[in-house]
Amino acid sequence: MTFNRRRFIQATGAGVSAAALPSFARAQGAPIRLGLMTVKTGPLASGGIDMERALVQYLKERDTTMAGRKVELFVGDSGGVPAQSRTKLQELVERDKIQIMIGPLDTASALASDDYIRAQQLLTLSVAAAEDMTQRKPNPWFTRGTSTSSQCAQPLADYCAKTLKYKRMITIADDIAYGHEMCAGFQRVFEDAGGKIVQKLFPPLTVPDYGTYIAQLKTNVDGIFFGFAGSNGFRFYRQFNEYGLRGKIAVVGGMTAFDEAVLRNMGDEALGIITSCWYSAEIENATNKRFAANFRVDWGYDPGFYAAATYVEAAVLDATLQKLNGKIEDKQAFMKTVRAINVDTARGPVRFDHLGNVVGNIYIRKVERKDGRLVNRVIHTYPNVSQFWTYKEAEFLKNPVYSRDWPPAKNLES
Amino acid sequence: MQYWIIQSLNSLALGGLLFLLAAGFSLIFGLMRIANLTHGSLYMLGAYAGATLLAPRPQSLKVFQYFPQVPSIWIAALLGGAFLAVLGGLLERLILRKLAGNALGQVLVTLGISFIVADFCLIVWGGDPISIPTPEALRQPLQVAGLSFPAYRLVVVAIAVVTAAVLYLMMERTRLGAMIRAGVDDMQMARAVGIPVSKLFTTVFCIGAALAGAGGVIGGPIMSAYPGLDADMLPLALIVVILGGIGSLLGAFVGSFLIGAIYTFGTALVPDLAYVILFLPMIVVIAFRPRGLFGRQTV
Repeated sequence: MTFNRRRFIQATGAGVSAAALPSFARAQGAPIRLGLMTVKTGPLASGGIDMERALVQYLKERDTTMAGRKVELFVGDSGGVPAQSRTKLQELVERDKIQIMIGPLDTASALASDDYIRAQQLLTLSVAAAEDMTQRKPNPWFTRGTSTSSQCAQPLADYCAKTLKYKRMITIADDIAYGHEMCAGFQRVFEDAGGKIVQKLFPPLTVPDYGTYIAQLKTNVDGIFFGFAGSNGFRFYRQFNEYGLRGKIAVVGGMTAFDEAVLRNMGDEALGIITSCWYSAEIENATNKRFAANFRVDWGYDPGFYAAATYVEAAVLDATLQKLNGKIEDKQAFMKTVRAINVDTARGPVRFDHLGNVVGNIYIRKVERKDGRLVNRVIHTYPNVSQFWTYKEAEFLKNPVYSRDWPPAKNLES
Repeated sequence: MQYWIIQSLNSLALGGLLFLLAAGFSLIFGLMRIANLTHGSLYMLGAYAGATLLAPRPQSLKVFQYFPQVPSIWIAALLGGAFLAVLGGLLERLILRKLAGNALGQVLVTLGISFIVADFCLIVWGGDPISIPTPEALRQPLQVAGLSFPAYRLVVVAIAVVTAAVLYLMMERTRLGAMIRAGVDDMQMARAVGIPVSKLFTTVFCIGAALAGAGGVIGGPIMSAYPGLDADMLPLALIVVILGGIGSLLGAFVGSFLIGAIYTFGTALVPDLAYVILFLPMIVVIAFRPRGLFGRQTV
């Protein structure tokens, strides 16, 4: 409670010192201090810059006001390095006095900031996908409006097994927690639906050349699941084509593998690829149509995963603040409200489970050409997908967290 | 059997790619005794130059408006090499020259410049990977007896071999080569007999940078241009040169193909060793032959 009182006095003090404010405005009148933890340098910068662009756009569209209060934005650049992310977060909290953070972008940074978020009781709307932060080690200040690593892979596995009737598949992803979790979720659902994962490959994150991995791929399979992030999927797929495998093995991808950011640098070779994500620039709802159109006008390309992430989180924040009449200072009330919220966003309806993870639509998308550019057209929607897929929460949580070795792969062929 | 043939070709292709990267690094390292940590950045700049000259239009990035599309990757490689040669020359004359004799200072400066280049590329070319199209004629995989292998990679091997031959002739048969060899073997004696070592430094730096730039363009269709390419490539150049021996062209050549083979077969046979497989041979060589496989005896 001391903390709340201090916050209150501080905010009031700021209001009074501003002097121009009428006395009834008090704490409510001071701007909300919103922090964005993103990545603007290094290999992850592409997504990180989109995160900032979309958030700025959201604020601009609303005259930088949420629930009647001005919003001041502070941006931290972690460079994608967990340790730096932690330092920058501390700077945002202790120097810029942010009241809520959107971000960070990547799983490792989220994990590195976990204890600090707890200690500071920092309201967090995360973009990063680290599974256990909303599963076995839930952080009470953490809410995620995007998805866990496997939340999109699980429905895709269902789609591969039941609609595409694939029986034998390969999974391949970067050798990082995000890749492991995604492939594990895919494998579990695919095998529970009667399929077999006959090969699992995890090339290191910075591999000079994928040739050796491509040569290892089994060709007597129905499809391969790509769990890559950033530029790696792009590089892998190009080489996959050069080795003449396109058309021999069908390719399906996770939520970041054929993101709009990657698609705009690809050609016809990407046509027909099926992926799953909680977003597509092609989703037909009024919010998204406006978002995607405005984004395209400002920046000349379609918003993808990362742009949509902050735009959706901002909508969640906005809706929560509306319910609280802009009163962000009461953190307990904020967490209670945000986790009970039900809001229509660019990705469709969004609500949260009691652990703070989103329950929302997952879209199965297919790459097509539209107005000369490649887009992810939605071909199927799995409504209200939770992080536990169709499994019972208690049983799901009894298992170890998804990893390189869990669930065990029983059908590998050497 | 097929699998092993493909993997052997893979190891050759990777070796070729590595040689184009490491040859310039080895030259500079050998003569000037500094580990030029901008080498990865020069390679990345080459890749971005290639992307700028070759990527299909229209592109949303501004930088593409200022440069026309060139018809072939070979022209782009020459232009990229020339551009990097100029840049390398400036770098040597304006910055490294001021720190002559201070090897540690020079290495630190090159590291600093590599950070600047990385952010410069991010500003100019953005954070998304940009692909460099494979030449039309080499786009289809080569098919022989049921095997298919990307034709372009075989061409890269051929280019590496030709480059090696040209460099060999330059080193062994020309006056410039003789001067470089003299400089590598004994710098002070070279100065004493009237070799213009200062001019030689600039020349070698230009050649090294040009090789990196052209290598970046030619490697482009395989590697693409993306932020972080510099940091991915620099350690590879270091490994090749340490393994092969500093300042030795033959060392760089053998080292490249050796690393290509070790990496390819290593990751294929023992996938769990993927992270260390590149460094194991380096450790062994450093332990038993600190000068590298073909390093010259320095005085």
